[in-house]
Amino acid sequence: MEQFLQQVINGISLGSIYALMALGYTMVYGIIKLINFAHGDVYMIGAYVGYFCMTNLRLGFFPSLLISMLVCAILGVAIEKIAYKPLRNATRIAVLITAIGVSLFIEYGTMYIASPNPRSYPRLTGFMAKSYQVGGLTFSAQQILIIIITVVLMILLQLIVKKTRIGKAMRAVSLDRDAAQLMGISVDNTISFTFLLGSALAGAAGILVGIYYNSINPLMGMMPGLRAFVAAVFGGIGIIPGAMIGGYFIGLVEVMVSGYVNSMFRDAVVFAILIVILIVKPSGLLGKETREKV
Amino acid sequence: MPILTVNKLTKSFGGLMAVTNVSMELEKGELVGLIGPNGAGKTTVFNLLTGIYPPTSGTVTLFRDDKEERLEGLKPHIICKKGIARTFQNIRLFRDLTVLDNVRIAMNKNVKYGLFSTFLRTKSYFSEEKEVLEKSMQLLEILKLAHKKDELAKNLPYGEQRHLEIVRALATDPCILLLDEPAAGMNPAETAQLTEMIAWIRENFDLTILLIEHDMSLVMKICERIYVLDYGMVIAEGTPSEIKSNKRVIEAYLGEEMGNA
Amino acid sequence: MGKNIQASSGNRKWISTAGKLLSLVLFFVVFQLLISFNVVNDYLFSTLVKIGINIILAVSLNLITGFTGQFSLGHAGFMSIGAYVCAIITLRYYSVWGFVCGLLAGAVCAAIVGILVGLPTLRLKGDYLAIATLGMAEIIKILFRNVLDKWTNGAAGLSGIPQFVSWPWLFVLTVGTVILVSNFINSSHGRSCISIREDEIAAESMGIGSTKYKVMAFVTGAFFAGIAGAMYSSYFFYIDPDLFGFQKSIDILVIVVLGGMGSISGSVIAAVVLELISMFLQAYPELKMVIYGALLVLIMLFRPQGIMGSRELSLSFLKKWTGRLGQKNGGAA
Repeated sequence: MEQFLQQVINGISLGSIYALMALGYTMVYGIIKLINFAHGDVYMIGAYVGYFCMTNLRLGFFPSLLISMLVCAILGVAIEKIAYKPLRNATRIAVLITAIGVSLFIEYGTMYIASPNPRSYPRLTGFMAKSYQVGGLTFSAQQILIIIITVVLMILLQLIVKKTRIGKAMRAVSLDRDAAQLMGISVDNTISFTFLLGSALAGAAGILVGIYYNSINPLMGMMPGLRAFVAAVFGGIGIIPGAMIGGYFIGLVEVMVSGYVNSMFRDAVVFAILIVILIVKPSGLLGKETREKV
Repeated sequence: MPILTVNKLTKSFGGLMAVTNVSMELEKGELVGLIGPNGAGKTTVFNLLTGIYPPTSGTVTLFRDDKEERLEGLKPHIICKKGIARTFQNIRLFRDLTVLDNVRIAMNKNVKYGLFSTFLRTKSYFSEEKEVLEKSMQLLEILKLAHKKDELAKNLPYGEQRHLEIVRALATDPCILLLDEPAAGMNPAETAQLTEMIAWIRENFDLTILLIEHDMSLVMKICERIYVLDYGMVIAEGTPSEIKSNKRVIEAYLGEEMGNA
Repeated sequence: MGKNIQASSGNRKWISTAGKLLSLVLFFVVFQLLISFNVVNDYLFSTLVKIGINIILAVSLNLITGFTGQFSLGHAGFMSIGAYVCAIITLRYYSVWGFVCGLLAGAVCAAIVGILVGLPTLRLKGDYLAIATLGMAEIIKILFRNVLDKWTNGAAGLSGIPQFVSWPWLFVLTVGTVILVSNFINSSHGRSCISIREDEIAAESMGIGSTKYKVMAFVTGAFFAGIAGAMYSSYFFYIDPDLFGFQKSIDILVIVVLGGMGSISGSVIAAVVLELISMFLQAYPELKMVIYGALLVLIMLFRPQGIMGSRELSLSFLKKWTGRLGQKNGGAA
């Protein structure tokens, strides 16, 4: 039983990371109906920026976190403006191919510049290296940090989306782009802002993973990116609470499969979940069906 | 027995009742109109008849070759194979394909050669391809599009695109043809030409035609009977003159279009 | 497929077919001589094999994605099935007949998996289908690596696979695939597939069962990918599950996109071009992928139809092209 609960804690920590990434996927899909294949690579860049800040610049964790989020936010907006905006009226396949191209460019560009070898985050000191025992369970400071930061960021996100004008604009553009434009909303700026938010969250996820798992490499974004995407679909693509639920679900599934079956099957299970969802209820847990008008 | 019997056809989308208890009958060879204000559910009825949506309840029965067949719930390509063809309100041609290919594709359901013949180019491939080509050219000539056979469908002028939609539907060799606002966007001269064409194809292709239209000059001229739909329900049925003077119909249209008929 | 089948007179058709046949025979003989006299050495020949395999992969993926409009990101998965089945058979039955069996069995197994994968997933649209096929390929990879490792030797891979692919085999299989896929495209079945890409609802309303034809295209594509896989293992001695991952599927996609989704000759041209680029960038594998990535983005932004668009290379096409060049250089407007 203890082992199970321990796994649950691990699952929630991992799930927080997936939730942060899934939010980026779901917001972008909600607003321009694109699966941002490059999102996992923004997360990877976040991890590398964090590494750079903490190793080369010897900054503390929190400044590094902010810088990561900032750099990734800028990167996300840049990608949108260069690669996705010109194709806003193109076919979905065309944009998806472009997203794949961007992803390859970033992955292998990083590999070329920073070498394909994995790097390790610096060892943490002080309160971050501690762990706490409660009952028979171990909570590492890192896990607590991840969960708290994730919750804070998610609350902030909800505030932005529900309480600010730009958040309202985001929701409007998701529902009907043309009508939103006619109401005076700048669609371009709204879309850019969406990418900004999503990418910042991905950057945070990246540096958190760097701290948690310690090792980073240029291709680290691919599989977690896909898993986060499955999480977003599971919860209902385009629906923010869905991404949060989905993230935690996939995190728990992954940890349970690794712990109780065989870690080699993690990906197979996650993809199997995806295929089952897409066949049984493609709109996801919280989603609603939409119909094409004939 | 009527060639097509629709009985209490109903379709709800979530809580929205798009079509409620619609019943219609088409006798073989008739030219029947389906009119009603915008949003009345006319295209939804077409979509139900052709299998694009399954009905929530109700039946559709086809009587052909002395056999009764139930069509509700079947998929569109099966309903097409049973002999019902349609055109679309917003033209749905294969835009990046040529006029000729648009027609040839519609003939596919009657092509018999299989994969083996396709891969290995047997005699039956060549003879059937030749047949399809000839039949397609015949149809295009009859409907005056043969000179544009190699033109991409998207490059045709609007009126010809609407013609092509009709040719394509005819190429499936139907017994019932559903035309969804074939005169939309046409000027009076084009509409008059279309009116003649519809009457002509009904004769020469031995068809039963159900026609959705807003243009009353067309409807009143060639339809033998008319059904009127409003808010998803049939509110009137009868000959053109009966419909013209029907109070409920006039109310539904607010008298505007009836005045122009 | 911008041109209709030429309703030319019988004579002209015979002459053009004879001409094509003659040029193929010539091509075969010339290369056979070059190889026998070692002008084309082992290294160059292995490049030819890679090109041939990529042509088959690109043409078969083009059938699924370019012509039928079903975005498949898992093509390498089918290739791996062909590769493993053939390798396992030829390792046990070392003979030309073993190879033939392995080739066919590999392709058929890939086709069967194509049906199993296709039936549930082909109802999905666009991006979702892409991710689902990507997932399927990953699942296949995991199966080969962890579940079936008794036969596949898991992550360590299979080595010492007997080499059977010689020039005649390479030529026949590559040219054969191109011809068979072209035949499929220029037929009622091919036209049905294309109509599904253009407008699925309209196609259904014209009597074309979209599921049937999507699966048909998918399975046919899978079959030929299996052939390509079998060819790979029967030339390169060694295979392991990681060779057939997402990167390979992307490699194939880049060829199809560069050549033009909807053009068979485009895929052939692009396969040659990209293999040559690969050769030059051999020392810099990361740079090659960076260029591929940039290439995909640039093509989509500036020339989404790729090299050939949806047109095919033919005499009339070449005539038009050279005519236009002549006009630019010499002729008055």
